[in-house]
Amino acid sequence: MFDFKVVTSWIDDLLRVQAGIPEFWTLAIEFVLVGVAILAAYAVLALVLIYVERKVCAFFQCRIGPNRVGKWGWLQTVADMIKILLKEIIHINKSDKFLFLVAPFFVIMGSILAFAAIPFGKGLHAIDFNIGIFYLLAVSSLGIIGILLAGWSSNNKYTLIGAMRSGAQLVSYELSAALALLTVVALSGSMQLSVIVEKQATVWNVFHGFAAIPACIAFVIYLIAGHAETNRGPFDLPEAESELTAGYHTEYSGITFGFYYLAEYMNMFIVAAIATTVFLGGWMPLHIPGWEAFNHVMDYIPSVVWFFGKAAMCVFFALWVRWTFPRLRIDQLLKFEWKILMPISLVNLLLMAFCIILF
Amino acid sequence: MNESFLIVAIITALFLVVAALVLAKLIAPRSTNPQKGEPYECGIPTRGNSWLPFKVGYYLFAILFLMFDVETVFLFPWAIVMRSLGTSGLITVSFFILILVLGLAYAWKKGALEWK
Repeated sequence: MFDFKVVTSWIDDLLRVQAGIPEFWTLAIEFVLVGVAILAAYAVLALVLIYVERKVCAFFQCRIGPNRVGKWGWLQTVADMIKILLKEIIHINKSDKFLFLVAPFFVIMGSILAFAAIPFGKGLHAIDFNIGIFYLLAVSSLGIIGILLAGWSSNNKYTLIGAMRSGAQLVSYELSAALALLTVVALSGSMQLSVIVEKQATVWNVFHGFAAIPACIAFVIYLIAGHAETNRGPFDLPEAESELTAGYHTEYSGITFGFYYLAEYMNMFIVAAIATTVFLGGWMPLHIPGWEAFNHVMDYIPSVVWFFGKAAMCVFFALWVRWTFPRLRIDQLLKFEWKILMPISLVNLLLMAFCIILF
Repeated sequence: MNESFLIVAIITALFLVVAALVLAKLIAPRSTNPQKGEPYECGIPTRGNSWLPFKVGYYLFAILFLMFDVETVFLFPWAIVMRSLGTSGLITVSFFILILVLGLAYAWKKGALEWK
């Protein structure tokens, strides 16, 4: 299988040895390259996701969707991005100007920091901490601060209600997500994302012998909690348009609104990518023990294709859920988390511990 | 190396927001109008202040969240060394989880989880 370390070490060698650039400048150039790569991947994926969402939604509702700009409307999101840059940024009277401006920084920061830690393929990740899962949980909480600040600083009652709902929902579902990821940390014995992926070389975590039962339960819990954390699907009540106008970002206009839009779609991808990495084997190909020829053929498919294929399945599932279930009420939402999901995830963690220690 | 890439990611995020804001400032139109600065809210003129005391129910959930979030932080180290600690570790942690579940049961009984 192709290892992306070859590319990075080739660039490093090219700069350091062949061009003879001093140590400091080599590092500087490499850092700029990594930053540009993160930015490009982030922007392109967001544009693709918005297009896919609109097209898939249209098919779910028996419409055609965007079809005017470019063939099959594939340039529609690019046109939208240019349009959103050309819109005026309106400053609201009596709003808290500083917090109003700072809020989008937190939202984008949370999603880019999480995005940079995802292993997209063999040797293709920017940040690989030994506390990877912990880091992901920590940075994904940054978005909540941005949402609360946005709702509070707008000087608008509806945004405040939206932000409060969002805060309660996000912190509640964070617990189930953390406990679901904890079961996999117990199974892998490591929090480093690359190690978790390597351990799934023979079998993915959701097919892992006796541990498959708690792992599958954790996968389902993580998907539910992930949908809730991205304010999507049946859990989109922070921006319930029929009661709260647009929720916490009502007063944002132009590109400042665009940041929230961008971060929402990228968070959907990040949840899908974490679910892929942790439960579905990340970039590891599908291996069935005993089927040597089959395993060998699967190894020829590049790791990036495996990763994005699995992540795309999870994203499609998120869209499917969104257009299938009606929106919940806030009391139903919190009751579901604290009285059903949370006890199940605690019991599931102990079940996983039993499976690991006994078998 | 990882730490420096973390800083690179932070700078990238800051750059994205600042660059987009500067670009929008340069190419977006601007016009002033006293009506424009009014909060949109739901379309009709707003009444009174928006920064009001808020429903306490949200605060209760935030407090409960703090308790259980710290719990998950304590469980992470155990999860990593679960295999080597074996049965004794499992019994100890079960006791720890039991105490927290009692806390949840108390909050449940007191009605903190009800939305009133």
